[in-house]
Amino acid sequence: MSDQTMPPRKGQDYEQVLDGSATEVAAFERRNETVLKRIQHILHNNPTLVPVVVLLISLLVFGLIAGGRFFSAFNLSLILQQVSIIGILAAAQSLIILTAGIDLSVAAIMVLMSVIMGNLAVFAGVPTFFAILAGLAGGVGAGLMNGWFITKVRLPPFITTLGTWSIFYALLLWLSGAQSIRGQDIDTNAPFLKFFGQSFDIAGARITLSSILMIVIFVVLWYMLNKTAWGRHVYAIGDDKEAADMSGIRTDRTLLSVYGVAGFVCALAGWASIGRVGSISPQSFYEGNLDSITAVVIGGISLFGGRGSILGALFGALIVGVFRSGLRLSGVDVLWQVFAIGWLIIIAVAIDQWIRRISA
Amino acid sequence: MKTLTTTAALAVTLYAGAAYAEINACLITKTDTNPFFVKMKEGATQAAEAKGINLSTFAGKYDGDVETQVAAVETCIASGAKGILITPTDSRALVPSITQARDAGAIVIALDTQFEPADAADATFATDNFKAGELIGEWARAKMGADAANAKIALLDLSASEVSVDYQRDNGFLQGFGIDIKDPTDIGDEDDPRIVGNDVTNGSSDGGRTAMENLLQVDPDINLVYTINEPAAAGAYEALKSFGKDQGVTIVSVDGGCPGIQDVAAGVIGATSMQFPLLMASKGIEAIAQFAETGEKPKNTEGLDFYNTGVELVTDQPVEGVPSISSEEAMAKCWG
Repeated sequence: MSDQTMPPRKGQDYEQVLDGSATEVAAFERRNETVLKRIQHILHNNPTLVPVVVLLISLLVFGLIAGGRFFSAFNLSLILQQVSIIGILAAAQSLIILTAGIDLSVAAIMVLMSVIMGNLAVFAGVPTFFAILAGLAGGVGAGLMNGWFITKVRLPPFITTLGTWSIFYALLLWLSGAQSIRGQDIDTNAPFLKFFGQSFDIAGARITLSSILMIVIFVVLWYMLNKTAWGRHVYAIGDDKEAADMSGIRTDRTLLSVYGVAGFVCALAGWASIGRVGSISPQSFYEGNLDSITAVVIGGISLFGGRGSILGALFGALIVGVFRSGLRLSGVDVLWQVFAIGWLIIIAVAIDQWIRRISA
Repeated sequence: MKTLTTTAALAVTLYAGAAYAEINACLITKTDTNPFFVKMKEGATQAAEAKGINLSTFAGKYDGDVETQVAAVETCIASGAKGILITPTDSRALVPSITQARDAGAIVIALDTQFEPADAADATFATDNFKAGELIGEWARAKMGADAANAKIALLDLSASEVSVDYQRDNGFLQGFGIDIKDPTDIGDEDDPRIVGNDVTNGSSDGGRTAMENLLQVDPDINLVYTINEPAAAGAYEALKSFGKDQGVTIVSVDGGCPGIQDVAAGVIGATSMQFPLLMASKGIEAIAQFAETGEKPKNTEGLDFYNTGVELVTDQPVEGVPSISSEEAMAKCWG
């Protein structure tokens, strides 16, 4: 009680010299730090900042060029809908890339599972719910198959998924007979397959359930990666697998689970794609693998693993969507849209390299 | 006496050789994924069996896979093929390869896609894609009647590289509709105000949906949609439905795949031009058999630099002056 009224305690006599010494926390000297250096520091600590800034700037620029048609609630929600499938694939791809791997088979898994769901529900008469469960389970299986080859047979992820891409693709052509399942057949036999194609209107915007699914998947994965031990292990493995191994992380088991989760997310994308496309076409999303990698790279996730936020991939997918829509509405030829996306990739990776140089 | 037996033995050997020497032939398609080529392969395999021709089939891994097709041609030359049926994935890049094959004594027949120049191959069996476009254009104009003057047209094309089938169908459609197409080998050089815009679909339903959405954002009052093929048309229809515009908009397409014909019957597609991949394949095999027997090569359709395997308009809303068949009749002929 009396303690509170006492004047601040002075140190012992021999301690009083300390008053004249430095009181800041020990820090590295910041000599000659330019603005550029500081930006580099900030970006290093917040890797998602680049895609967010690029997204905002591109929204602004296209809003100025293409005007109200582009900057309407309806068009912005349309972009969200258009990127939803590739966005979900990019979420799966991010998980793999964070472990310093790469997955070339994501789109093949997605389309294969949508074909399985469609064949079972539309042609085999399996109740739609079970057909979807079978597709989702198949996605996990396909992912685990990738993971098994990578962790147990010790094949590099690139080679493994290059192989399984062809395997899954051949299987989906065989199962579908290279034929589309028509939208009308789905409507009459298994309308639940198109569940994620439903939409509702809010204040001029049309929100599709597949867009919501995409955002939910990103939030859940972000939580898992940042707030659970599993997630920290994933980052640790991507950063340095050997070090992670030595610090007691069961790296192979974690890696296997990453591929399983990615496969599951791909299968979810397959289900959502039926709602988006309206039919089940074995020819659709042939470039989905590369589109998903594009979104991840533009989203500032390092291809060398262990760095970047999964939310970056969401912004990456959105940037691609905004560019496509904006250039389209400004009347730019398709060829120049492809050109612009190419430059975006190069610039994104160049920025990533520049940021990484800070630790060197 | 001895000479006689030798000669007889030789004759027997020669005779046996002729009887057992099967005619080798090759079919090289663009991909194994497109039902069009899958059906073409089926047709060729059946025709080859009937003619006793030993047919090997090859396909590129993707549209534009020149290397695989070049390797396939080389394999065919090495196997001593008497004839090669090929859908060139690149009209120019494969010319040196097939010239080698012809020098080696094989007859080379292009199916579906012409070489540039067309006479690089011995013959071409193909759909007249310009005509296919023209038919749906004429149909659309007749169906719209006086409203054709105020049409708002969306053009859903194949890809940015503007290959021949892409510009032929697109320009054929516009010409049939009565629009000045300017350069017939260029897409998008027209300045008719009725055209809202072009976008690409990669010939898939997801591409069709996105492209249609984009053009509806440019002008929501689009009432006529041309599509490069029927999967793209199905995707466009989904986009129109999601915009609440599936009534009052006419979609036209080209191909004649069975799902597409079903879409005509269901009213999703107004009219489509049907082509005949089975006919191309069986004609091709016949030509090889003919060449192996007599050395005679097939002739082109008059006025064209290829043999036209025909195209038929399929619609359930026939118009005067444009001959067509109903979706019911077409179901018996559709492929895939």
